Amino acid sequence: MILRGINENCSGCGICRLVCALENFREMNPSKAALQIEGRFPAPGGYVIHVCDQCGVCAEVCPVEAIHLENGAYLIHEDECTGCMLCAEACPNGVMVNHRGSPTPMKCLLCGECAQACPRNALILEPE
Amino acid sequence: MYGYAGTLLRIDLSKGEISKEPLPQDKVDEYIGGRGLVAKFLWDELPPETEPFNERNIFIAATGPLTGILLPGSSKTHFGSKSAATGGYADSNMGGYFGPELKYAGYDVLILTGKASEPSYLFIDDANIEIRSAAQYWGKGAITTEKELKEELGKDFQIITVGPAAEKLVRFACICHDFGRQAGRTGIGAVLGSKNIKAIAVRGTGAIPVFDIEQAYKKGRDAYRAIYDKPGFTGWTPEGTAGLTDWINKVGAFPTRNFQTSYADHYKEINGKAINDRLKIIDKGCFCCPTPCGKYSHTETAQGSAFVEGPEYETIALFGGSCMLSTIEDIAYANYLCDELGLDTVSAASVAAWTIECFERGILNREQIGREVHFGDLQSIVYLLEKISKREGFFDLLAEGVKRASDKVGQDSATFAIQVKGLEWTGYECRNAPGMMLAYMTADIGAHHNRAWVLGADVTGSSTSVHDLISAGASGETMPKVEVSGKAAIVIDSQTTRPIFDILGVCRLQYMEIGFEVEHYEKIFYAVTGKKKSWEDFRRVSEKIWHLTRCFSVREIKGFGRHFDYPPARLSDEPIKSGPNKGHRITREELDLMLDEYYKARGWDKNGVPMRKTLEDMDMKEIAESIEVKSNHQE
Repeated sequence: MILRGINENCSGCGICRLVCALENFREMNPSKAALQIEGRFPAPGGYVIHVCDQCGVCAEVCPVEAIHLENGAYLIHEDECTGCMLCAEACPNGVMVNHRGSPTPMKCLLCGECAQACPRNALILEPE
Repeated sequence: MYGYAGTLLRIDLSKGEISKEPLPQDKVDEYIGGRGLVAKFLWDELPPETEPFNERNIFIAATGPLTGILLPGSSKTHFGSKSAATGGYADSNMGGYFGPELKYAGYDVLILTGKASEPSYLFIDDANIEIRSAAQYWGKGAITTEKELKEELGKDFQIITVGPAAEKLVRFACICHDFGRQAGRTGIGAVLGSKNIKAIAVRGTGAIPVFDIEQAYKKGRDAYRAIYDKPGFTGWTPEGTAGLTDWINKVGAFPTRNFQTSYADHYKEINGKAINDRLKIIDKGCFCCPTPCGKYSHTETAQGSAFVEGPEYETIALFGGSCMLSTIEDIAYANYLCDELGLDTVSAASVAAWTIECFERGILNREQIGREVHFGDLQSIVYLLEKISKREGFFDLLAEGVKRASDKVGQDSATFAIQVKGLEWTGYECRNAPGMMLAYMTADIGAHHNRAWVLGADVTGSSTSVHDLISAGASGETMPKVEVSGKAAIVIDSQTTRPIFDILGVCRLQYMEIGFEVEHYEKIFYAVTGKKKSWEDFRRVSEKIWHLTRCFSVREIKGFGRHFDYPPARLSDEPIKSGPNKGHRITREELDLMLDEYYKARGWDKNGVPMRKTLEDMDMKEIAESIEVKSNHQE
């Protein structure tokens, strides 16, 4: 499965980000979401959705090999992670969560809650 | 304090002092949030009779307990001050993303007093707060300033800005945000400008404390699923407020030529369909909204081309109706110019329409204005807006709004200065809509429909959502005269319901237009705050605030009372000239009947001043004592 954003459908509401933070941290705090919505205003007018496309760069750069591919998703094994945050810096889409000195980063688990919650069909979880 | 960040941020701009205080529990218990806190802080802390542009005026930005929560429409910020427009109570509500970000940064309410020594902007980055120089932004457009500030600070900052009109203290200057949202009315932008504040930028990475996070999450998800089932869910979004245009014309409530007539032959060139067919790029929404009503557009005209969010119905009614701009492209361009200059589209268009009518009547001449100005001419509008925003020469007068301008110009021009209390009228012709007329007369901030929207009840005899009215259509034939008595109850009910959303810090459109049920707010309020409140509890708080804002105006406006509640003479003395409501008007006697009924139902005396007993029954004894000294009670 892969998570894909359809930019033309996005209205910028950010429900996806709040749901991601609630699902993964049980916090009312969208800054902890593993996806980003970028507005392009005043021109050309529109949103770009940045999601984790499970590219694996984070796993490649991890110096202790704490990130593993499981069922199509790269997952951080927190017990192995040293908190160096090299993965977050390397993420090409800028969607790893390195929040306020947390011991380990967080990344998209491909849970699909954002896609379920999106009212605009701007996020879909589909087979690769 | 669940549901709240728990902190009030105070900044004395004169001294450059920043302080963080606990959000007062007693105020929260009594007034909940948003508009409630705005009204109470203004009552408690504004030095009586302060002038609006004096540095002792207070600027308040307040969120509510449901701002930033997983709930449809949880986006709102409620601003308030002593009114630049009326000298009484002012508030203005804004969507977008600013309010939620303020709460994530750790602040529920921001209060600004004093005046910065030089043009400045406020920088709020979680706990780090700075008053920074705005020298490189002062004089720039509101949209341009936000764009450049986002480039400087990062796109994760949420920013409000004012335009050059606010810097010049134009009385209808607005606050702009997120390339399409505004706190439009009462000159709230000018109050910021008077404090030398160009912008406020905030980034917040904290969590809002929630009483029962599992329930808040679950009920939040349930709320969205419930909205998807509603017929309004797909009906509302495509055209947003512009979807009203056709129906309002068909029932003869569309103001044209400065409210001389009530129907636009060209309405199909300026409606929601025209936006979709000719301008729209995307549906642009606010935080957590599943039904984005913003229409982000691109327009090309002979005067220029622009990106703009809109136009909303009100802008269509005032620029396309009252000013008679003939195409959606022209209206959108006027809209863009207002957004960049930082002007309320309603008041700016109203001032333009009044000026054009004065020119046509020979009350103002070409030498004074600098050129001829005409209805339907975008070039005239562009000229007027740009001059007004600079307050140059003659335009210093127009920058004061139609009431002050017409009082000065005289020659009966006040009869067609379409305003109440000094705030220009929004987009509904009411000479055959007595409920709506009463709504405009009694709204606390002046002639605005935000407090009560009852046009559907006037036309169809029953309250219905705008979406249902649009779906039902209208006959377009000549309308019979609507009975003027019995309107007080329905207006009061609307004035009680609508502000609840301003108090909670959320948008009212999901409830008003899409049929979202009140149970969701009750359940989520409990999950978030841990406090059991019913919708009836919210209504009681809303009613209390209604008396409070009335008392504030009694205290602050010399001689305030009944005669501040009347519409201009055009709307009672002149019958509508054309359209489905041709021949109708509401006479002065009928207006008096409606006001008498209204005051009685409110527990106010014949001069429209809240009676002591009414206030005491609402636990407002001290407030009653305060106004006793000031007021002109008439039994």
